[in-house]
Amino acid sequence: MLRDKRIRFIVGHYGSGKTEFSVNYAIKLAKLGKKVALADLDVVNLYFRSREKTELLGKLGIKVIGSGIEAPAVDVPSISPDIVTPMQDTSYEAIIDVGGDPAGARTLGRYKEYIVDGDYDMFFVLNANRPETQTVEKAMEYLRRIEDTARAKVTGIVNNTHMLKSTTTIDVLRGQELALELSRKVNIPVRYISTIDRVAKELPDNLEGKIFPMTLYMRDEWMV
Amino acid sequence: MRKVLMKGNEAIGAAAIEAGCKYFFGYPITPQSELPEYMARELPKIGGVFLQAESEIAAINMVYGAAGSGVRVMTSSSSPGMALKQEGISYMAGAELPCVIVNIMRGGPGLGGIQPSQTDYFQATRGGGNGDYRLVVLAPADVQELVDLIIEGFDIADQYRNPVMILGDGMIGQMMEPVEFKEPKKRDLPEKDWATTGTEGKRKPNIINSLYLAPEELEKHNIKLQAKYREIKEKEVKVQSYNIEDGDVVIAAYGTTSRIVKTAISQLEREGYKVGLIRPITLWPYPYEEFQKINDECKGILTVEMNNGQMIDDVKIAVEGKYPVYFYGRTGGMVPTPDEIVKKVKEIHGGEI
Repeated sequence: MLRDKRIRFIVGHYGSGKTEFSVNYAIKLAKLGKKVALADLDVVNLYFRSREKTELLGKLGIKVIGSGIEAPAVDVPSISPDIVTPMQDTSYEAIIDVGGDPAGARTLGRYKEYIVDGDYDMFFVLNANRPETQTVEKAMEYLRRIEDTARAKVTGIVNNTHMLKSTTTIDVLRGQELALELSRKVNIPVRYISTIDRVAKELPDNLEGKIFPMTLYMRDEWMV
Repeated sequence: MRKVLMKGNEAIGAAAIEAGCKYFFGYPITPQSELPEYMARELPKIGGVFLQAESEIAAINMVYGAAGSGVRVMTSSSSPGMALKQEGISYMAGAELPCVIVNIMRGGPGLGGIQPSQTDYFQATRGGGNGDYRLVVLAPADVQELVDLIIEGFDIADQYRNPVMILGDGMIGQMMEPVEFKEPKKRDLPEKDWATTGTEGKRKPNIINSLYLAPEELEKHNIKLQAKYREIKEKEVKVQSYNIEDGDVVIAAYGTTSRIVKTAISQLEREGYKVGLIRPITLWPYPYEEFQKINDECKGILTVEMNNGQMIDDVKIAVEGKYPVYFYGRTGGMVPTPDEIVKKVKEIHGGEI
């Protein structure tokens, strides 16, 4: 994680688990003593956005940047001007949680001046259990369309294949096959395999990409 | 088919297409807009029609027209948009037209907010439109049940020639959950010999209408509708209950709220409390009879809703004064937590309220 570039954009098809990955990533970095900012650029989803976790993240010293409008639930595609702070201020480790799909990635175009080749990472979160990204062709189409609208290149694939709390190693390994196939086609490495703690412990240690154990912060106790 | 992970709103679209629905007319509104988006993308691929109407009122009247021609058709909206559709819904009930209407509820009144609520229970079960009519109202608690009820909903609509409403809160539309598509139990569906499909010169034209100017005719029509509603009440009640024979307190809740209640019940059981649950799946017809099975020693019924108390009226009708009926609810898009429900049950159990 510390070897990743200072600015990390998290993109992918909606429902792939970008926000859960972003929140976990931010918390892990904060626990390593880093100065972390998590920017929520999600203008696609209305519920389950990282800004809902502002209080929890704030306690860990993480700067959370959400909408410019002070309300947790607005369906106005408004983004705080403060979002450029972690892009300009190099003392921050920045995680930018981008909205799902090419439509969500469009917001990134606005920040093109900060997206300099070699200076950022852009992680494509992939869930092989989502109907729209179940095959390598479909996943590749999403990846390319997101790159086009974001006007930036993906630098790593995150295999985040899950079935929420009932995820098994079978899900993750099936997702890994898809991630590797995609990796070969687009020539982008699989950088992380993110999954819930329970499954992370059961995974073999010879997989491509770093195993990234996660806590599900976005799912309430009563959800599956 | 292997399970996939779908957002509630997408799953509604996929289920409708699975059920043979090829026509969708609607107008976008949060928190259900992923559904028209899905239909706009998918229906043209199967030779269907997606049309974004100029308003909710136009959309429901397009549904009226399509249903009149005998095809499977759907519309969807969220609370304020559903308010606009009421006239068309009453007309469809009057003209006995089958369709599926989805309401993914948000906070009200008025424009309200975009977060989840259950504030349209009255509107759905008592009829927001005019006249003595009923909708079959189905209230799924998870995305799998949402899929199953959409598919079965089209069959129910066709079987009884009546609009069916799926009543979900914003949470169920926005939530991502595993689903699989299963064959519904086969129903014996009548031929749509009433539909306006063209006479080909072989029969008298079929007319779809809800206007009866002669009072005798209109009363006769109403008697026929009431007979149909009685049959639905006899055959279509769906309910899930848990431990009502033994619970010291029984909770009544539907939709997403019932899942939060289940989590609260597990917590209470770990502390030694006995708590039951009645979860209506059909809000109309309401499972009144299920409440007769509650044990005599039960200290009270707690109704939990994401509103200020609407289903509680049906709970009171069901228990006929036999038990005290209490209420706990959150509004404005606030979702109750298991801990809040646990606290309320303990108050009832301890005789504090």
